[in-house]
Amino acid sequence: MKTDHLMTRESMEKGRALMVSLQDACQAIGSTILRLFEACGRLVIFMGHAVVNVFLPPFFPRLIVRQLVDIGYYSLPVVGMTALFTGMVLALQSYTGFTRFNAESAVAGVVVLSMTRELAPVLAGLMVAGRVGASIAAEIGTMRVTEQIDALSTLSVNPFKYLIAPRILAGTLTLPCLVLLGDIIGVFGGYMVSIYSLGFSPGRYLTQTWDILETMDVISGLVKAGAFGLIVALMGCYHGYNSQRGAQGVGAATTNAVVSSSILILIFNFILTQVFFS
Amino acid sequence: MTALVKLQLCGVRKAFGKKKVLQGVDLVIPQGKSMVVIGGSGTGKSVMIKCVLGLIHPDEGSILVDGQETVGLDFRGRDRMMKKFGMLFQGAALFDSMKVWENVAFALVNGRGMDRKDAYGVAVEKLKAVGLEEAVAHLYPAELSGGMQKRVGLARAIATNPEIIFFDEPTTGLDPIMADVINDLIVASTKDLGATTLSITHDMASVRKIADYVAMIYEGRIIWTGAVDDLDHSGNPYVDQFIHGRAEGPISFGVSAA
Ligand SMILES: Nc1ncnc2c1ncn2[C@@H]1O[C@H](COP(=O)(O)OP(=O)(O)O)[C@@H](O)[C@H]1O
Ligand SMILES: [Mg+2]
Repeated sequence: MKTDHLMTRESMEKGRALMVSLQDACQAIGSTILRLFEACGRLVIFMGHAVVNVFLPPFFPRLIVRQLVDIGYYSLPVVGMTALFTGMVLALQSYTGFTRFNAESAVAGVVVLSMTRELAPVLAGLMVAGRVGASIAAEIGTMRVTEQIDALSTLSVNPFKYLIAPRILAGTLTLPCLVLLGDIIGVFGGYMVSIYSLGFSPGRYLTQTWDILETMDVISGLVKAGAFGLIVALMGCYHGYNSQRGAQGVGAATTNAVVSSSILILIFNFILTQVFFS
Repeated sequence: MTALVKLQLCGVRKAFGKKKVLQGVDLVIPQGKSMVVIGGSGTGKSVMIKCVLGLIHPDEGSILVDGQETVGLDFRGRDRMMKKFGMLFQGAALFDSMKVWENVAFALVNGRGMDRKDAYGVAVEKLKAVGLEEAVAHLYPAELSGGMQKRVGLARAIATNPEIIFFDEPTTGLDPIMADVINDLIVASTKDLGATTLSITHDMASVRKIADYVAMIYEGRIIWTGAVDDLDHSGNPYVDQFIHGRAEGPISFGVSAA
């Protein structure tokens, strides 16, 4: 009788412990999901706020120009080098593959299509995420922790209009321009390798390039680029604006900006490719 | 306190997560007077000012400016309200990408659309008012000492001739002489404007120089308010301990970290 009693007690205890740990697990999963939703929600609200302020006056043309230069012009070398060497390596790699099937003539097509559709936008996006996303997050984050953003508000200037809108506008506008240049430079890189190292005839290579390329290939790449530019600027601004206190907070904001924008670029690249080509 | 009330806080509460910072702050500031709030570090003095400025949204309570409720004000209303305010931040919070004069003229150029040339003139004039020469106008904030940065911050705070000016620890981190200079400037510039001021400090010399009224904040509440002349015989043990800087007394410093 007594042992029986003990047994049930014990098993009940076990059952309760199991219940508790199950509850804990559910709670952990639940709260993670909730936090994810919350973060997404906050990001969407932030984005809405930012985009609205791009279109509402007052505007700050001087700041927009400065951001266009900062984000666009100063990214030229990075994007240019990336595109050049990617185009070159594409030609080399596709050549070694295609010679096995006597399909060398496909090299030009592979270079131009890969560049315009995928590689120029994605690689430029990732490079700019590293260069611009990080600097936006660091700058705005520093302004946050040194109370400069609060100071903006007390001086009757909306930080969204003054800091965020110009960066978002500049990011969205400049990345397509960078990618267009990257397309050209990448094709040029492939061309140089094909002509000088693989022995293609210049005229043939260019005709092949031109014949296979369709407007849609370029357009889709540029639309992607615009989306990636928006992502980079937005994530930089978002993480900087919500930076926690201190140097550590700014450091974390910078890392988060680069990592999250890089991952979002890859995700949206997939989504946009799906939209355009299926 | 029969004068017109310029700024009034009633039962203002603010918590960050579990940490209750403000637990019902009540404060009344008459028109044209200088109120100084004293209290230990981390007692929520800056948070209180930021609630008034609308930079932090209080969880509860009401904040009246000229009798008008400012809590939950919409965007435009807040904008209009901000034009009445000037603020000197604890760390000066100068824009480091801009020259000194652009900092001072910032609200004029960007907030009110004043011509840059005219704004430059005003900036130089305001810089003179805080004892800085025109040459300083063309430097960057990083090239200035802490005391000079505070002066520029002060010039920026008064550039738009605000009705209410907030000073967050204006003398902290300065040597005693520079602190005295800043105190004098605060008194002079605010008297000139006829502005109402709300200051925060734990520097007693500063209190005696700039205050008309003093309030002490402790554990998220205002525990004592009175005229500055009554400070020495407040009969409040907390106030006594604070103004004499004694380690012994009712205020325990084993309290929550930062
Ligand atoms: N944005 C914030 N998020 C979380 N905690 C904050 C924030 N601002 C202030 N606090 C906390 O509120 C308390 C009071 O801060 P503060 O008002 O700056 O103190 P002080 O009286 O020294 O000015 C501190 O403990 C601080 O950590
Ligand atoms: Mg403070």
